[in-house]
Amino acid sequence: MSPDRGPLHVAGEVLSVKRIGAHHHVTVVAPGIAERFRPGTFVVLTLDDAADTARLQPRSFWIHRVRPTGSHGATIELVVAAGSRFTRRLVALPQGSPVRVTGPLGRPFAQPREPVSCLLVGEGYAAAPLFPLAERLRERGCTVSVLLAAPDEAHLLGALEARRTARSVTVVTADGSVGVRGTVVDALPELLTRSAADVVYAAGPVATLHAAAAAAEQHGAWSQTALETAQPCGTGLCQGCPVPVVAEDGVGRLVRACTDGPVFRGDRVRWLEVDAR
Amino acid sequence: MSRDPGPVTGSDAPVLVASGCGGTGRELDALGGLDGIGGFVTRTITLDARDGGPRPRVVESPSGFRYAVGLQNPGIDGFLALELPWLVSRGIRVAVSISAASLGEYADLGRRLGRSPGVAAIELNLVPPDAAGAGLFDAREPFQAARVVGAVRRDLPAGVQLWAKPSADPGRLAETARALAEAGADAVVLVNGLPALMPDGRPAGLAGPAIGPLALRCVHDVASQVPDLPVIAAGGVVDADDVRALLDVGAVAVQVGSALLHDPTAAARAAATLRGDA
Repeated sequence: MSPDRGPLHVAGEVLSVKRIGAHHHVTVVAPGIAERFRPGTFVVLTLDDAADTARLQPRSFWIHRVRPTGSHGATIELVVAAGSRFTRRLVALPQGSPVRVTGPLGRPFAQPREPVSCLLVGEGYAAAPLFPLAERLRERGCTVSVLLAAPDEAHLLGALEARRTARSVTVVTADGSVGVRGTVVDALPELLTRSAADVVYAAGPVATLHAAAAAAEQHGAWSQTALETAQPCGTGLCQGCPVPVVAEDGVGRLVRACTDGPVFRGDRVRWLEVDAR
Repeated sequence: MSRDPGPVTGSDAPVLVASGCGGTGRELDALGGLDGIGGFVTRTITLDARDGGPRPRVVESPSGFRYAVGLQNPGIDGFLALELPWLVSRGIRVAVSISAASLGEYADLGRRLGRSPGVAAIELNLVPPDAAGAGLFDAREPFQAARVVGAVRRDLPAGVQLWAKPSADPGRLAETARALAEAGADAVVLVNGLPALMPDGRPAGLAGPAIGPLALRCVHDVASQVPDLPVIAAGGVVDADDVRALLDVGAVAVQVGSALLHDPTAAARAAATLRGDA
């Protein structure tokens, strides 16, 4: 990894927290990180100084958008589903609150050299890394189709935004509140055929990634899956996020989601052994 | 002691990266986490590769972490081929943590590491708190811990130090430390993670600031009661103040572990602050 691509550990600052549907979009001033960002990488946030807190575990977040320049300097935008103690605190932080940011971390999405047809499959807030990917793919001349899924409209991320970059956008919700009632599994076969996708990029829960990887394989397409899993440190230190894969030598191994992923080739992951926690 | 093993740390600072909290070293280095560090203790290496335990493996706990990684590691062959060379090329002082199923395995590991260029020390992880039932040699009794030290010491070259990290049982630490010293340990590492349970009932270790005061007591007691045996402190160290407190009660060096999960630069920052003291 060349030095200007390596991760940084910087003092950041909360610029804004916006509620959009069921999620919060948190924009953080994080000098240097936006410039090094590649789609599929993530950041680790720490809210307190270790000496002052009873809660030490940092949290990992997908980078949804970067703005390398702006009146506040380089910023990154994260999509947060507030549920845990940490995320509830994060989304309640006032503007200007200090946060420490480590990143960009992890292996990004591999992008095709040729202008091929790409299908992007995302579910819920974890679809976040697909949006900057869609922009980069379009810049490379790829044809981009997007399939977005969620339980309901409130949990659907960025359908409007996707329409600006993608040739076609399909939305499925479990309750039918927007788009077609159904799931990723229902929609994938037809979309793969219609888009004639050469590459499938997927981000979402494990079941969605598994479905996308399996459907891609059936259609003879490559797949790149962004695995979201609990990462105790996020920086490759603790071995707390094991992922069962088949390595390039054909041998099964346990690798770290945070450092050897989070983006994996879909056909390399032993999906049935991945723990969804 | 008849041997003079030399200082336990490199020339930089009396701050080391503790076992199991530094990845392979590369990940910390990418964030500047090894800058000015006196040494790096690897995660525990066993003779054969181990897959480790199920998830969750690391769980937040008040002022600390519970861990049950289960000694996931590439085995001695994988370590020597894939991880040690980078650490050596980085120029950092390397201590290799090991654990084994028998005295014979301990001796084998010691022999192979002892003749590997760049290994400055071996740290015996005598009683990993998260590996109960993992088939390891039972070294909870001071006598058995001393047998492990003896088995590894026998074939270890003079230039390689032998550190022993016993069970964190405060009641018998002085007795254990004496036995380890007599068997040939160059230093004792205090304290290991405390015995704890994961939420699902699996054996775990407890680490982090929650165990800091206990580590301080253990270091104090052993340093004062077994003055010939150098003590390397570990347990809940977050910043330079914690390092100073442990040095003040007699530690010769201090390891930073779980604080790195919160801030990967914690050890480097503590080392930099201490250099400013000098």
